[in-house]
Amino acid sequence: MVGPKEAVPTMETTNAKRRRDVSAVRDWVERSFRGETIIDVQNLDFYYGKSRALVSVSLPLPRHGVTAVMGPSGCGKSTFLRTLNRMYEVVPGARATGTVLFEGENLLKTDAVMLRHKIGMVFQRPNPFPKSIFENVAYGPRVHGVRSRKRLTGIVEDALQRAALWDEVKDRLKESAFSLSGGQQQRLCVARALAVCPQVLLMDEPCSALDPKASDRVEQTTRELAEELTVIIVTHNLQQAGRVSDHVAVFLAGGVLAEFGPTPAVFNDPQNEDVADYLQGRFG
Amino acid sequence: MAAQTEYALRKKRSLTQWIAFSLLGVGSLFGFFFLAFILYWIVSQGAPAVTWEFLTDIPRNMATEGGIAPCIVGSIYLTLGSLLVAMPFALGSAIWLSEYAWKGWWVRAIRIGVNTLAGVPSIVFGLVGLGLFVYALGFGISLLSGACTLAMLSLPILIRASEEALRAVPNSFREGALALGATRWRMIRTVVLPTAVPGILTGSVLGMARAIGETAPIMFTATAFMLSQPYPTSIFDRVSTLPYHLYALVQFSPHYNETKPIQYGIVFVLVIVVTLLNLTAIIWRTRARRKKAW
Amino acid sequence: MAKRVRTAGDEVLHPRKNRNIDRVVFFCIALISLVTLATIVYFIVAQAVPFVGKLKLVPEGQGEIVKWGETYAQTTLSDLFGPKWLPESDIQEFFGMLPMIVATGVVTLGSMALAIPFGLSAAVFVGEVGPRWLKDVFKAVLELLAAVPSVVYGFFGLIVLSPYIRDAFNLVGGKTGLTAAVILSIMALPTIASLAEDALHAVPNTYREASLALGATKWQTIWRTLIPSASSGIIGAVILGMGRAVGETMAVLFVAGNAPFLTWNILRSLRPITSAIALDMAESVRGSAHYHSLFAMGAVLLLMALLMNWSAEWFHGRLLRRQGVREG
Repeated sequence: MVGPKEAVPTMETTNAKRRRDVSAVRDWVERSFRGETIIDVQNLDFYYGKSRALVSVSLPLPRHGVTAVMGPSGCGKSTFLRTLNRMYEVVPGARATGTVLFEGENLLKTDAVMLRHKIGMVFQRPNPFPKSIFENVAYGPRVHGVRSRKRLTGIVEDALQRAALWDEVKDRLKESAFSLSGGQQQRLCVARALAVCPQVLLMDEPCSALDPKASDRVEQTTRELAEELTVIIVTHNLQQAGRVSDHVAVFLAGGVLAEFGPTPAVFNDPQNEDVADYLQGRFG
Repeated sequence: MAAQTEYALRKKRSLTQWIAFSLLGVGSLFGFFFLAFILYWIVSQGAPAVTWEFLTDIPRNMATEGGIAPCIVGSIYLTLGSLLVAMPFALGSAIWLSEYAWKGWWVRAIRIGVNTLAGVPSIVFGLVGLGLFVYALGFGISLLSGACTLAMLSLPILIRASEEALRAVPNSFREGALALGATRWRMIRTVVLPTAVPGILTGSVLGMARAIGETAPIMFTATAFMLSQPYPTSIFDRVSTLPYHLYALVQFSPHYNETKPIQYGIVFVLVIVVTLLNLTAIIWRTRARRKKAW
Repeated sequence: MAKRVRTAGDEVLHPRKNRNIDRVVFFCIALISLVTLATIVYFIVAQAVPFVGKLKLVPEGQGEIVKWGETYAQTTLSDLFGPKWLPESDIQEFFGMLPMIVATGVVTLGSMALAIPFGLSAAVFVGEVGPRWLKDVFKAVLELLAAVPSVVYGFFGLIVLSPYIRDAFNLVGGKTGLTAAVILSIMALPTIASLAEDALHAVPNTYREASLALGATKWQTIWRTLIPSASSGIIGAVILGMGRAVGETMAVLFVAGNAPFLTWNILRSLRPITSAIALDMAESVRGSAHYHSLFAMGAVLLLMALLMNWSAEWFHGRLLRRQGVREG
């Protein structure tokens, strides 16, 4: 795997140094990665009130495939994810500045509701609505304005198939979503998000509340989906990231993006010392 | 020597505690017995008077005989009417407080408003009802005036209960809906409200229970002792309610003693109705809490 | 799996519209409580003011013959808050509100003298001393008690309590301020007991543990630590109970006797403000000084109730703030 043969820098902790590292990484990425960028993050800063959660993050998120976002607890990876579909707006005092280009516009400034039709999200804990399985999946398309029963049924079946849940629930679409197991509920949430046909699917540690078997199935689904759309997944689990992702972005404490690149490259040969420590499991 | 005084001190403290707890226990026991006595009194005196005629007949013979059916009907109309008037405002206020309002000056102001309303004495509502609905707006002494007055009184209870029901809906539902591209109002309408409906209904029942027992607000806005017709035919008619009839019998009736059985009967019916309503609300609330799948 | 990917553009999308209209609409609806409150205050005050306007305040010594049956009266300021209340008199109308204010004070204080000890001890016993299950029973019973309509309490006072008091104190009639005080204490008790129990419950366990670890008995812990800690909440509970007693109409109508004379004797027949308004409302002519005097009394009552409500809130706010600090 080719990488820039820079001398490994000493452990300075200034933001400027980190930014330099990142832009070096970014150049390298753009040289060796020939895919498209679907979301271009440029100088994203994030504040909760007075405290800064993300520091000057710049990152080209590649189209298609799975990009994992990792880092120790509290480094801002969930915050970063939620910036991409503007979900931070439900928190009073949360503020994002910078430019995040999506479809030619800065998504921080466009209409959030429209944005969420194209960028969907699956949460850490499964959160199906207290409605039937069918109604859960049909919720998104209804919001879109789809009324025809026939069309809805088609969309629901399609989404459940893509989420690898159809066979298990096809006979009980009218039952409450809570009659499903935890893993099934999470796949239901994936189906629900898919039903609006987003281009990007954000997943915030989707397996952390699931047992290993259910976790496996969600991972499998994630890989299948990645062929059609872009998946950006926040995960704590190094092995999972290794299995599932094509690219990985590593954040470090304080909201700083430390490294970004194809997964094998970052895992085997990280450029940043702190990232190397993190990957070895020394902290976080 | 030190050990002896320490022992004496410990004994004294134990004794103090024993005395204190006994007093408390006895006092509480006394309280419970007193309550049981009241209950017994109500049931033993009132139950015999409650016959089918009692519940369905109109008062006869200067209200010394017959029944209290018009009062029951009047109470129902007045209570439901006040709920009808108050609920839209109460629900809207609760929605704003729970879903839209963030920290700010207005939130505090409205909460102070709600809490202050809760502390206004019922007779003051009666006065305002008289001045505003009966006279100024010209509704006259009528079902309408009474319902509006009672609605003002029920507002705080309904707002509090509805807000509680809305807040009980977990935030994960809201997030899930917003992430799918729903607007705030759509999210509220399709996810939050349907989930909160049982709690809101419980709150309505509590509001009803309170409104049924109120007399002061409706004494001069809705009621009359001797009605020209037993059952109201329009919202501008006067009505009689259970508590008002009781008051009127005691206060105005020349045949105070003959109407005693009726008085007891009214007390019994009132207490039963109010207790049942409150019990229903309490049971719903506990069952809903236990049943929650989330 | 080569499928044609359906993108968002294939579906019907909502046209962009002004999305803040719902927030505005609900805000306007939420203003109803403030509007109602303002209406109440406005009305009471507006109808009370003509009372003063319809009264010609004359200097001392001249508060004499007054037009009978007409809509204004002459009175002096000292008579206004004076001891005589004869609003429909042939000879001279007096509008002294003092008897009513004093009666409210006497009856309320009397009811608090009974309700506070019983309510607090019940709260302490159930919260700290008694068995676990008792607390739920207690709360449920209190809730049901608080729901009983006031006419029922009034009726009970009339039938059961007043003959008893009449015989116990050898009076002519049983309808006295004392009877009213007892009934009001029963009515205020659930409020006081329930809220006091909440206040005690809110004291964190660490206080209890620390006290016991220092060798104090349970009672000493309660008396020296818990009650002082919960004092804000307890005071708030008491004030709210007082507010209930002050604002209660029907129960006092039944049992207080309603003689409009100035007296501090709780064993005499008294007329608190609430029953004064209720009684005279039926007799007053709309627009007369009498009518407006009732609104003036209502204004006094409202003021008392609001003051109590706000001070209770303040105390309760102190309780909440202390809790918040601790959990921080």
